[in-house]
Amino acid sequence: MKKTPLNEEHRNLGAKMVDFGGWDMPVQYSGVLEEHIAVRKKVGLFDVSHMGEFTVKGPDALAFVQHVTCNDVSKLAYKQIHYSAFTYPEGTIVDDLLVYRQDENEFFLVVNAANIDKDFDWITSQSSGFDVELKNVSDSYAQLAIQGPEAVKIVETLFGKVAVEMHYYWFDYGTYEGSPCILSRTGYTGEDGFEVYCPPSIAVALWRRSLELGRPYGILPCGLAARDTLRLESKMCLYGNDIDQTTTVLEGGLGWVCKLDKGDFIGADILRQQKEEGLERKLIGFEMADRGIARHGYPVYLEPGGEAVGTVTSGSFAPFLEKNIGLTYLPIEKAKIGTEIYIGIRKKTAKAVVVKTPFYKRQK
Amino acid sequence: MVLEDFYYTKEHEWVQVDGETGTIGITDHAQKQLGDIVFVEVPEVDTELEKGDEAASIESVKAVADVFSPVSGTVTAVNEALEDEPEMVNKEAQGAGWLFRLRLSNKSELNDLMNAAAYAKYLEEEEG
Repeated sequence: MKKTPLNEEHRNLGAKMVDFGGWDMPVQYSGVLEEHIAVRKKVGLFDVSHMGEFTVKGPDALAFVQHVTCNDVSKLAYKQIHYSAFTYPEGTIVDDLLVYRQDENEFFLVVNAANIDKDFDWITSQSSGFDVELKNVSDSYAQLAIQGPEAVKIVETLFGKVAVEMHYYWFDYGTYEGSPCILSRTGYTGEDGFEVYCPPSIAVALWRRSLELGRPYGILPCGLAARDTLRLESKMCLYGNDIDQTTTVLEGGLGWVCKLDKGDFIGADILRQQKEEGLERKLIGFEMADRGIARHGYPVYLEPGGEAVGTVTSGSFAPFLEKNIGLTYLPIEKAKIGTEIYIGIRKKTAKAVVVKTPFYKRQK
Repeated sequence: MVLEDFYYTKEHEWVQVDGETGTIGITDHAQKQLGDIVFVEVPEVDTELEKGDEAASIESVKAVADVFSPVSGTVTAVNEALEDEPEMVNKEAQGAGWLFRLRLSNKSELNDLMNAAAYAKYLEEEEG
């Protein structure tokens, strides 16, 4: 199994470890509930070194990233970031990612750990005719996510004022112990926070120092379980659950990062057609009305005893909201807020209601 | 924590016997394995359970665990407090976090269960 540079740290902190897509990762330390709440109210530290990083450089870099992703890269200023997706010709999703613009024709792409090889093979296969140099630099970076309302104070002490001045979805460069780092004001929790990309050689020092600096603020090391409940409360999609190669960008609710007027990109024709004709289904959020926790894979019904219309793509107890929530695809005519649906929870059927998303939105 | 007057199963349930009544729950070891418990479903009163029947379910944030009745009997009481305070199972798995009570229909089934010493040894072996 693959290990991040922080593997020993997790074990020393008493983390429960799991196999996550071939990576030996911490699922929780002190407990998912208190880790989740720490991020909402104070600050939490995550090891997300398993994430993948690619660089795209060369005279056609801008044109190439425009071609393989659905958001409009030409709108990005230097040091600005956006959320996007690699698309297939069918308008479905290869992966979701963050695009960092480092220069006119220099981009840094951050992709899901489980998709690193698939994504790199895919973009490489789409690069003929483009004068670009693609590199998978995933092994050159460890990544720490410092998330929560107090995160900025820790990152400021680590890297200086640059942290305070940075806006959400922008990045900058810093050094730690003489090593270059990328500081990014982004995250997968719905809170303010930072993701720091650093050389693996300084990951342990940076991790320990972050915990030390965060102690007065109540920092907790947080595992993948809290990362999952945090992102679900904020309705951030999980690739492989909520979106995948069978769901289009529009069905998955990513229309806000799908710029159909930017010019051609892979899948644009189908997506334009789908937009014009209207969607047949879309990803919605629901809240349980009856007792019970909906979980990934449970069947979804429009009426008790009817035929299943789909399955729960993500579902959990939401620790901050203290509700049971989930996501599923519904036929468009049933996707309205307030619609009652039914979830098959093992032997029972429990009522749920379509609600507005995100379930949780931070106060700015 | 392995208590003396309890009987234990390999599935980490316990039964505490008082005359003809058995109180059933999950062990401290089981609650630790599950992590933060956020949902408990108990059987209905008067349900007749055979030994090994699925009787309750306990859910943590990440996992669902079925609880099988370690003995046969009729449900006489359930711990209704767990509906609002499922975390009681984490706090006091072998006390206030009990799940349900049975009027035992076959006390000889208790002979198939482990006593405290045997369960402690079983835990050691399981953890290798």
